[in-house]
Amino acid sequence: MTTVVFEALRMRRRRTRKSRGFGVTGIVATAVVGLAVLAALLAPVIAPYDPNAVDFGLTYRPMEPWALLGTDGSGRDILSRLLYGARTSLLGPAVVVLVAAVVGTLLALVAAISGGWVDRILSRIFDIGFAFPGLLLAILAVSVLGPGFTTAVLALAIAYIPFIARIVRSVAVGEMSLPYLSALVTVGQSRTRIAGRHLLPAVMPTVLAQLTISFGYAMVDLAALSFLGLGVQPPDADWGLMISEGQRGVLQGYWEEATFAGLAIVIVVAAVSLIGDRLADRVSLNREGR
Amino acid sequence: MPRFIAIRVLEGLATLLVSSFLIFGALYLAPGDPLSYLIGNRTLSDEAIAALREQYHLDDPFLVRWVAWLGDVLSGDLGRSITYRDDVLSLLGPRLATTTLLIAYALVVIVVIGVGLGIVAALSRRALSDVILAGTSIGVAIPSFVAASTLISVFAVGLGWFPAFGPGDGFLDRLYHLTLPVIALTLASGSYVIRVTRAALREEAARDQVKAAVARGLPRGTIIGRHILRNGLTPVATVVGLTLTSLIVGSVVVERAFALDGIGALLTEAVAKKDFGVVQAICLLLITAVVIVVLIVDVIQVVIDPRVRERQGIAA
Repeated sequence: MTTVVFEALRMRRRRTRKSRGFGVTGIVATAVVGLAVLAALLAPVIAPYDPNAVDFGLTYRPMEPWALLGTDGSGRDILSRLLYGARTSLLGPAVVVLVAAVVGTLLALVAAISGGWVDRILSRIFDIGFAFPGLLLAILAVSVLGPGFTTAVLALAIAYIPFIARIVRSVAVGEMSLPYLSALVTVGQSRTRIAGRHLLPAVMPTVLAQLTISFGYAMVDLAALSFLGLGVQPPDADWGLMISEGQRGVLQGYWEEATFAGLAIVIVVAAVSLIGDRLADRVSLNREGR
Repeated sequence: MPRFIAIRVLEGLATLLVSSFLIFGALYLAPGDPLSYLIGNRTLSDEAIAALREQYHLDDPFLVRWVAWLGDVLSGDLGRSITYRDDVLSLLGPRLATTTLLIAYALVVIVVIGVGLGIVAALSRRALSDVILAGTSIGVAIPSFVAASTLISVFAVGLGWFPAFGPGDGFLDRLYHLTLPVIALTLASGSYVIRVTRAALREEAARDQVKAAVARGLPRGTIIGRHILRNGLTPVATVVGLTLTSLIVGSVVVERAFALDGIGALLTEAVAKKDFGVVQAICLLLITAVVIVVLIVDVIQVVIDPRVRERQGIAA
């Protein structure tokens, strides 16, 4: 009996992680995300002006050396608002995916290790949650609790739980069928220990990949909510809100605010989803390679 | 097969039931009691308040209220809008046309251009294929509202080719007005469909049966049409169908960006004005549309593709 267990454990250990490179694009994407995070953290230091300093004498100024990206309809410096806007625009999706990943992984592990009717019911709930569009759930929550950053973030976090839980569950169920785990179950290892020591490390790469991919979606959804006037409220700086505020300027030919805020979203979303794809590729390579 | 369809329909109904519970129950998350939330800071006559109590069955226990509300909805009574002082159903009617046209137009664009370019990218030489692929990897990351502001800036304000706002009159004029919104709506999902199509066809083209067909000296057209497209496009059909659900939800944002008077714009407005009856009705309508689309996609996939039937263990 013990031989089987040890054999199974040894087989598992032998599967060493080969270091697969991220490639040049992967490194560039990581650097871009790093820069965005840095900009958000250092906004008070590097922003040339107060992001909320209104000056109606300087509305809709084009790009000039004293205002590198111009000013918006209230005479606020667009570059400063972009830098400060990075804070809510990055923090929001980060909270969404972290909450969703923690709760989703927990539920997925419970489903995988319990099996039977617990698994069936949880899977059903994940399926239904998966069908309910996140944006719609957030709109519903906002309509009841009032618009705001916190409400939007929490509602999206709940909506994203099935997105992570479904895929983690399927990986965890697959892992449960491996010999080393059936051996552990047979020798009477406790469920929490199996979940914590063996299942969690096994699903972690999947969780990370899914978390990164979800970050891009969450960022777009949150920016969309702010764009609709349901997320971050004026006068706070946020990329989604800047696009909606910039649209008034666009009609009069002042494209700067909406374009730069849009560009910021596109660049970060593209970079994050590229990293997510790389991570997901790595996970599937590892799974095939065993 | 009938058994499979029956199970899927039941699952869809269960999803709708749970969603309706969520949409109905959301009212009770509001701080304070539901009646004061529904009234908000409006001053209503006693009759209006009585009508609200009646509409939400506030004198009954919670579960009875839900069932009664659901019964009303199913019999076509979607309640009344507090801000418009009108039946929700008659508010939805005219707006539904705009939204439906927007989504249908977007779907056509996705099928023709998305799948079309995907096929071109899969079958063409490397240079063209790479250009298309590079374009889509940027397109996927462009949210509709970002595309909207740029499109308005360039094509409406800058070049003046398209109108910036409004739905237009008459069918052709409507299509003309909806062109920019449709581009904004389909940019990301269309790019995704191109990528999926290309990948699916590439995978199919590398199969042994295609190599065998080439070795037998079949004409190129036959190989592409009978061997690659026929097998490779079935998963694409599923992805296109599921893209439709993202178009339905995405229309809410696009309608706001282009000031179209559709369902989505009404939803955003109702949320801002705390007109909860309208919010409930539209959320329920959109969810129902999503669930029906997913159901149809599931069933079609099983009907047209015997391989899926085999994998799922469904008898024909």
